[in-house]
Amino acid sequence: MTTKQTHTLSVLVENSPGVLARVASLFSRRGYNIDSLAVGPTEDENISRMTIVINVEGHALEQVIQQLDKLINVISITQLDPITSVQRELLLVKVFTTPVTRSQVLETVQLFRAKVVDVAQDAVTIEATGNAEKIQALLRVLEPFGILELVQSGLVAMSRGLKPGSISNE
Amino acid sequence: MSSENGTKMTGATSLVKSLEHAGVDVMFGIPGGAILPAYDPIFDSPIRHILVRHEQGAGHAATGYAQATGRVGVCIATSGPGATNLVTPLADAQMDSVPIVAITGQVASGAIGTDAFQEADIRGITMPVTKHNYLVTDAADIPRAIAEAFHIARTGRPGAVLVDIAKDAMQNQTVFNWPEKLSLAGYNPIMEPENSAVRDAARLIAESASPVLYVGGGVIKSNAHKELLKLAELTGAPVVTTLMARGGFPDSHQQHLGMPGMHGTVAAVTALQKADLLITLGARFDDRVTGKLSSFAPLAKIIHADIDPAEIGKNRRADVALVGDLKRSIEALIPALTAEYSKNKPDLSAWWIQLNSWRSRYPLGYDHPEDGSLSPQFVIERLGKIAGPEAIYVSGVGQHQMWASQFVSYENPRTWLNSGGLGTMGYSIPAAMGAKVGAPDKVVWAIDGDGCFQMTNQELVTCALNNIPIKVAIINNESLGMVRQWQTLFYNQRYSNTDLHSKRIPDFAKLAEAMGCVGLRCDSRDDVDRTIAQAMEINDQPVVVDFSVHRDAMVWPMVAAGTSNDDIVIARSLAPIWDSQEL
Repeated sequence: MTTKQTHTLSVLVENSPGVLARVASLFSRRGYNIDSLAVGPTEDENISRMTIVINVEGHALEQVIQQLDKLINVISITQLDPITSVQRELLLVKVFTTPVTRSQVLETVQLFRAKVVDVAQDAVTIEATGNAEKIQALLRVLEPFGILELVQSGLVAMSRGLKPGSISNE
Repeated sequence: MSSENGTKMTGATSLVKSLEHAGVDVMFGIPGGAILPAYDPIFDSPIRHILVRHEQGAGHAATGYAQATGRVGVCIATSGPGATNLVTPLADAQMDSVPIVAITGQVASGAIGTDAFQEADIRGITMPVTKHNYLVTDAADIPRAIAEAFHIARTGRPGAVLVDIAKDAMQNQTVFNWPEKLSLAGYNPIMEPENSAVRDAARLIAESASPVLYVGGGVIKSNAHKELLKLAELTGAPVVTTLMARGGFPDSHQQHLGMPGMHGTVAAVTALQKADLLITLGARFDDRVTGKLSSFAPLAKIIHADIDPAEIGKNRRADVALVGDLKRSIEALIPALTAEYSKNKPDLSAWWIQLNSWRSRYPLGYDHPEDGSLSPQFVIERLGKIAGPEAIYVSGVGQHQMWASQFVSYENPRTWLNSGGLGTMGYSIPAAMGAKVGAPDKVVWAIDGDGCFQMTNQELVTCALNNIPIKVAIINNESLGMVRQWQTLFYNQRYSNTDLHSKRIPDFAKLAEAMGCVGLRCDSRDDVDRTIAQAMEINDQPVVVDFSVHRDAMVWPMVAAGTSNDDIVIARSLAPIWDSQEL
């Protein structure tokens, strides 16, 4: 009996129209749930990188990878291990402040090595980057002050060291 | 490569030149506004264009052509409704891994996204039902898109590819440039199986006392039927051929147990259930074969040979995976197995005693109706005998499809065409048309139901006008027969909306005559052979025979949907009687 687990896939795709729709359509029709998806350019302008976080059991992960690899525009798929890769999310969060709580909020920002990017009469906006655990921990601490609004990016990740271990396509 | 490289021309001419360079000799289609620029150079092209009556017909004709010949089938349609009418045949071809390319016109690039007249996002619509698709908005991109489309359709696991071309891309001037080489970074089908996997497979086979060769449509796609025959005779193991593989191994061969699955033979179904090893060759553990998956072949180890790595472990875990072209996998397996056998060859005689006992006790069969009316199985059986194993048989979907699979003896690949995966009613007439165009010297029989026939029979007009003399046997039980069978078995004989009244309306023979075909009728057992012989003699015109058959005939054996293959029944409420030792 395998249990569900979070996996991070770094997928290189051709930078051509409709690629995102193909990937999204594949996940939708095969019934795979995406936790997060981030798409952006790479060092090669013809190639984009998708970082996909999914929560599936081991057997289903193999299917996800094989089905993804069947898409003609998918060039390679690398499964990133949290230990041997750098994984980051970006958070922008607007926190309610009073003259009394503002200094406590600012102290939290410092402790988490986050940044204040906007200050208003009764709110500060904070920017933070980190792995999922750090972002969650920051949000837990900020919550009692009153979170007015938040936005979070999908996870982006990169393997540590020189060469990523490609698991498909040569 | 091409002497025309560097020539100035319109995008439309470039499209037609590209199709010629891709080796297209025939295409099926209908013109319309957005594709109109392409139809002007088509007028001068050596490519034969067959003007169909509905785009769905063009799509299935391309599929029938591809299945009969092994070449890529081509269909062409305009934007919007023309393109959406191709969705069903694209899904159908993709499900059965048939190589077809669809060309569609699109509204001018500047109008895309504005809900223009006859605009439909056909690339978006067909994304989930094609192997790949293209939207071309620049005339210069046309040759490469066409070259890639044909390459992708026919290589690896074959499939359907659509190329949607904006009208202005066809009207604009361009310089023709047929690509010498294709570079698709993300597309590298694996052809050769791994040596270690071949050795592991050979070892498993040499250790097995009760193996079964479970053969799927891949054997036909990879032209591996000769290699399969060698492998089968080397192993001495029983062979079962799925609905998509019928004809891939001769029905007359002693080792052939027939078709497995929901309406498979007792011997084939039971052999899989009791086997200790399945040598799976180009098959995909479809639910219609496995029944309830958790109880399928519970004792068996699995060797799974397939060109598509995503099929390995999709439904059933494989102990050994041979990813590669099936022909090459079998070719590699034969010497490896011969080497294993030199050390140890298992004795399959006990297995064969059991197999033969199932085979002799539970052969396929049917009864003639007591009221003297025609048995549909008898009609199909006689048709198979009279037309013989060189003819091509093309069925629709439903009871007649199962009977045509069960009661015609197939000896050759590409002689049995049907819609297996998608189960597309209406497939038969246009697919038979495509098959006859691809194989004009063969007798092509469409075996169709009265329900299916009424979905796509308009293509008989196309056949009559274009000298495509197919033959059609309508197995007329005046019902949506398979649905009616389920209502009989599972819905207390409440026949909700399955009565088609098609012995009254339409008059199929007259309808055939109206479409320029010969129309014949047959409703008695004594006339069956004579009517078929009469149809066989007509070769200058399509011919349609309305066989009026008994409506209560049912397809047996049957494994009810969602149940275990162990619960196969050979007739209503009649399970095979197993010896206690077999259970």
